[in-house]
Amino acid sequence: MKNLSKWWKSGSPWIWLNAGAVAISMVTVIALLSLILVRGLGHFWAADIVEVVYQGEGGSQKIIGELIRKEQVDLKSLGAEASEINNGERWLLKTGNREISADFRWIEQANVVSVSKPKELVVLERSEWGAFYGYLISVSEKGKLVAKGENAWSEFSQRVERVASLRKKVRQLERVEMGAINYQLEKLRLKRKKLEIDKADTPTALEKIQLEERRLGEEFDVYMADLRALNQEIERDSAVFQVMNGQEVSISFAHVIEGLRPNSMGYAQKITNYISTFVGFLKDDPREANTEGGVFPAIFGTVVMVLIMSIIVTPFGVVAAVYLREYASQGIVTKVVRIAVNNLAGVPSIVYGVFGLGFFVYFLGGTLDSLFYPEYAPAPYLGTSGLMWASLTLALLTLPVVIVSTEEGLTRIPRNLREGSLALGATKAETLWKVVLPMASPSIMTGLILAVARAAGEVAPLMLVGVVKLAPELPLDGNFPYLHIERKFMHLGFHIYDVGFQSPNVEAAQPLVYATAFLLVLIIVILNLSAILLRNRLREKYRGVTG
Amino acid sequence: MTTAQRPISVSVSPVDNDNGHLDISKEVSTFETKNLKLFYGQKQALQSVDIKIPEHRVTAFIGPSGCGKSTLLRCFNRMNDLVDDVRIEGEILLGGKDIHHPKVDVSNLRRQVGMVFQRPNPFPKSIYENVAYGLRLQGVNQRSVLDDKVEWALKGAALWDEVKDRLKESALGMSGGQQQRLVIARTIAIEPQVLLLDEPASALDPISTLKIEELINELKSRFTIIIVTHNMQQAARVSDYTAFMYLGKLIEFNDTSTLFTNPGEQQTEDYITGRYG
Repeated sequence: MKNLSKWWKSGSPWIWLNAGAVAISMVTVIALLSLILVRGLGHFWAADIVEVVYQGEGGSQKIIGELIRKEQVDLKSLGAEASEINNGERWLLKTGNREISADFRWIEQANVVSVSKPKELVVLERSEWGAFYGYLISVSEKGKLVAKGENAWSEFSQRVERVASLRKKVRQLERVEMGAINYQLEKLRLKRKKLEIDKADTPTALEKIQLEERRLGEEFDVYMADLRALNQEIERDSAVFQVMNGQEVSISFAHVIEGLRPNSMGYAQKITNYISTFVGFLKDDPREANTEGGVFPAIFGTVVMVLIMSIIVTPFGVVAAVYLREYASQGIVTKVVRIAVNNLAGVPSIVYGVFGLGFFVYFLGGTLDSLFYPEYAPAPYLGTSGLMWASLTLALLTLPVVIVSTEEGLTRIPRNLREGSLALGATKAETLWKVVLPMASPSIMTGLILAVARAAGEVAPLMLVGVVKLAPELPLDGNFPYLHIERKFMHLGFHIYDVGFQSPNVEAAQPLVYATAFLLVLIIVILNLSAILLRNRLREKYRGVTG
Repeated sequence: MTTAQRPISVSVSPVDNDNGHLDISKEVSTFETKNLKLFYGQKQALQSVDIKIPEHRVTAFIGPSGCGKSTLLRCFNRMNDLVDDVRIEGEILLGGKDIHHPKVDVSNLRRQVGMVFQRPNPFPKSIYENVAYGLRLQGVNQRSVLDDKVEWALKGAALWDEVKDRLKESALGMSGGQQQRLVIARTIAIEPQVLLLDEPASALDPISTLKIEELINELKSRFTIIIVTHNMQQAARVSDYTAFMYLGKLIEFNDTSTLFTNPGEQQTEDYITGRYG
């Protein structure tokens, strides 16, 4: 008893409690990250394809697919007969070939007769209908047989690469050249409408527009012809595959993105493939309702939005903090304002979303539209959700953080430094600009770091003010004025929600949810790290200043 | 003007009168206060102070803590304006003009009346930029002019030889004594008439203190210097005139040797002989 009270007094239980709390936090963070990492990054690995001979209800059958996971189940609860084995293992196989049969399938391990990994099995990544598994039979060009059997595979691989390079050209043509023409045509349409509204639609002015439109139209037709030719080239070849039920299926190369024979690949090959798949995930556009392809527009949208938000929130927050701390007389009013600012940080983010929609989008955007952009009517230009409104809403959301930490920084500047500057004949404003604000910059950066961390992960308000499921047009492109702040954009956070919970094929999308979550964490870490590095450099610069 | 034309003379000593004492009545005054009262809220910190500060002399303010000597010093460049709730009555004249006159530009006043504080307060900038700070504020940005003035000021503060090879380095890497001399250099770079020193050596070690004291001796030919100090030996060593203050009142003001050898007031005697304070 005495020992216990001595132990209690020594403070060790307190230390244990603290250490325990730290340990639990660490374990949680590590568990979270490793779950995301394993689940997310495993997706890009070219897993082996298995051929399972299965004794099902309709007799023996062959199932080809990728083994996703195994789990122990109570078969009884799945509706199996009582006489059968009560408990067993079941496997989830991704069998692909969505146009032919269900692309995921549970099988009971008890009924598996044999499992093999034939080297010839091919998995295709396609532009539609998801993955495809089968044996390559033959390759044909314009309907004529080119290769069959053994040498079909090398012929197939070459043609996949050829189509990939063609597809790149198509993309360039559509996005850049034709995109620019469409953009200009739209501008001309608006110009004409503007002339009509301004009652300046003189025949000469209209004729000029018409001439320009005709020129652009001709240019467009040339590109269109190129595009048609390219598309024909892409559709030239096809390949025949045998799927698991023995049926032979012809697949046009136009739909094949990538073909692999994972069972015959070595580790080195698999690692190379892994890297290229992952890079593709980073830089490609999403396909098939976001369940396939990459997430580039979402990464881009997230980063651009956070940057614009930072550009808005930093000066705004700093100016507000400077006024509150340096100029406003410290009375009851400043106290109330300060409390209000602090409480603003606690307002649920969706409320900001509602405010952003009501104030920025409908009121501000709508007013600006009716004043300056009448030619867009009836479609809204600024009066609809978009990048700028989303950034503004998030800037508002993170403003308290910046104000509070800037104020803290300002109070920490020693009084005698301000006096030193004032004693040299500097005005208060000069002292602020030349001495106080540079010294408060590490605190301003701290505020910005917290703001970025919060803004980059925010989803709820964005759904109301600018984020969409799919926005193939990036907010930054080669058309003047290059940064299109009125455009809608994609965001990784919303992408996770969309892929995970709004997708038609949840099982297929699951790894993408983890991979996207990993990317989101990674981006926030990168943004934060760069801000932290910058702050540390500033701190180093002002180190040794004491009051 | 180039630097060569206005070197800081080192050899000037105060002009003594016949009996070896300075005579306050023969001095030209820079600052003059008339019935100066200062209140912090309800509390009165200065009680009807009348003092004339002689030009090109070192005047020391001594007295126990809280006697108002720093407050008085800070009146001369209107540093007390920064304190909320402060109220000043009476007049402070600089060259015969009231420094509280509404037409007086405080920044201008502070350029004429430089101040060095108790703790060294260099800006977190390079040594060069610290000295150039006041000049840049006045719109001097021409490199050659700045270079000259910085060198002149650093030489004036007896710091040039120590720092001439590292002008671009941060001032925060200097020792406390060097920092304080840098602050003095920064202050004299804009060539004020008056230098206010608020216990400039109290945060420094004895060797640095000695250097500052030597510096004060060198600077007094060019500037009128007012120094606040806790340290009576220091006041005796560096000043020509000494004012003893107690509880917000100016008790006695006389030339230093008279004040220390033959004080006119009992309170002064008690203080300098160490009976209190």
